[in-house]
Amino acid sequence: MFDFLSNYDDPSLLGAFWVTVQLTVFSAVGSLIWGTLLAAMRVSPVPLMRGFGTAYVNIVRNIPLTVIIVFTSLGLADIFGVTMGAPDNFETKYFRLAVLGLVAYTAAFVCEAIRSGINTVPVGQAEAARALGLSFSQVLRLVVLPQAFRSVIGPLANVLIALTKNTTVAATIGVAEAALLMKEMIENEAQTLLIGAVFAFGFVVLTLPTGLFLNWLSKRLAVKR
Amino acid sequence: MTEVSVAKEDVAATGDLVVLKSVNKHFGALHVLQDIDLTIARGEVVVVIGPSGSGKSTLCRTINRLETIDSGSITIDGKPLPHEGKELARLRADVGMVFQSFNLFAHKTVLENVTLGQVKVRKKDKKAAEERARALLDRVGVGAQAEKYPAQLSGGQQQRVAIARALAMEPKVMLFDEPTSALDPEMINEVLEVMQQLARDGMTMIVVTHEMGFARSAANRVVFMADGRIVEQASPDQFFSNPRSDRAKDFLSKILHH
Repeated sequence: MFDFLSNYDDPSLLGAFWVTVQLTVFSAVGSLIWGTLLAAMRVSPVPLMRGFGTAYVNIVRNIPLTVIIVFTSLGLADIFGVTMGAPDNFETKYFRLAVLGLVAYTAAFVCEAIRSGINTVPVGQAEAARALGLSFSQVLRLVVLPQAFRSVIGPLANVLIALTKNTTVAATIGVAEAALLMKEMIENEAQTLLIGAVFAFGFVVLTLPTGLFLNWLSKRLAVKR
Repeated sequence: MTEVSVAKEDVAATGDLVVLKSVNKHFGALHVLQDIDLTIARGEVVVVIGPSGSGKSTLCRTINRLETIDSGSITIDGKPLPHEGKELARLRADVGMVFQSFNLFAHKTVLENVTLGQVKVRKKDKKAAEERARALLDRVGVGAQAEKYPAQLSGGQQQRVAIARALAMEPKVMLFDEPTSALDPEMINEVLEVMQQLARDGMTMIVVTHEMGFARSAANRVVFMADGRIVEQASPDQFFSNPRSDRAKDFLSKILHH
């Protein structure tokens, strides 16, 4: 029944899912960093930074991911000549462009999750930190964000699961991840339902443990008040 | 119990430490602080009392600029209160603050709460900071709780940790914003005793409180506020036995006779 899978070895099924995993991990790390910086901007006392953070989030989260990913290829790469340090290696170039697009998009959601977490930290915590003489960035790094993160592990797990599935959009610019292989198989084979089931199962294998683990972590790390 | 010096050696040195001159502040249409003039000498313990909404907490919070003021000036140890930025942070480190709701850092242990400011602001090394933290925790009687998290402590214990946290910065002056108002009655005394000891050691203190017993026994001066103004200032004896203003007489009659 699964014989047809052996016809594919570049990439193989596992190889394609490995690319999906890599897209997810790099984009997750990138969007966590960029999203945290955006959240810091949105609560900063400097109006210009607040304005930038607000504008970024409201513009980027309202653009379809497909448009962003296609723009990284047709816009950034083709028009502006951005090669992400790999002008001659198409595979690497489009992989990195896809990560860039995913980070830009996902960071908007990470930012909003973290900002809602910051709002759960009682204002007295920041006041006490300021009263000790800590600077704005110290207050944020040492007191507010560590508590905010713990309260938003659940919402961040949602973002991470969405990100894992959103990596399939990278197929539109030819990154050889799971969805691209699925498209190829569906074109070549007569077992559409089976192929669909195999790939659906693959994604569940990736996302289900992530969700369960982060749920457990969120309970474990919850700040007691 | 280890002896820890909390007050500067030169407590006897005279001079004005905190000076407020014609300070005004509005919350929207509400004029919460109206032409406040107040001078606190080094080593003095000033207790601020008054009815709710009289502006006494706001007054306390303006002194380390947790609340900004609209006009007037505040100087601490001769230096005017800076605007936001590094200067302000440096000044805040010299002004200890104890809050009504304790505000211990919920994700850090008691010990970490007391070392954080020493390490990150005073740039002490971790070992010296921990040593001082443990000594201070012993001093306020919660040394055994050093490894616990704030939520595992009673309110009175948390407030004593908060006092230790402020003292760890070796402040020039301590502000207490209704430190016992959120406590169960049986825990009020343990906090007041720590504050009384501090007063005896010569710490300059500004205390907003409803504890008239503390005002009588520990204060050098009582400041009575109502409707955003300082209505009366006097020594505790004089104030409680012979208040001059009608507003103060009215206030005292409501709180002392039952």
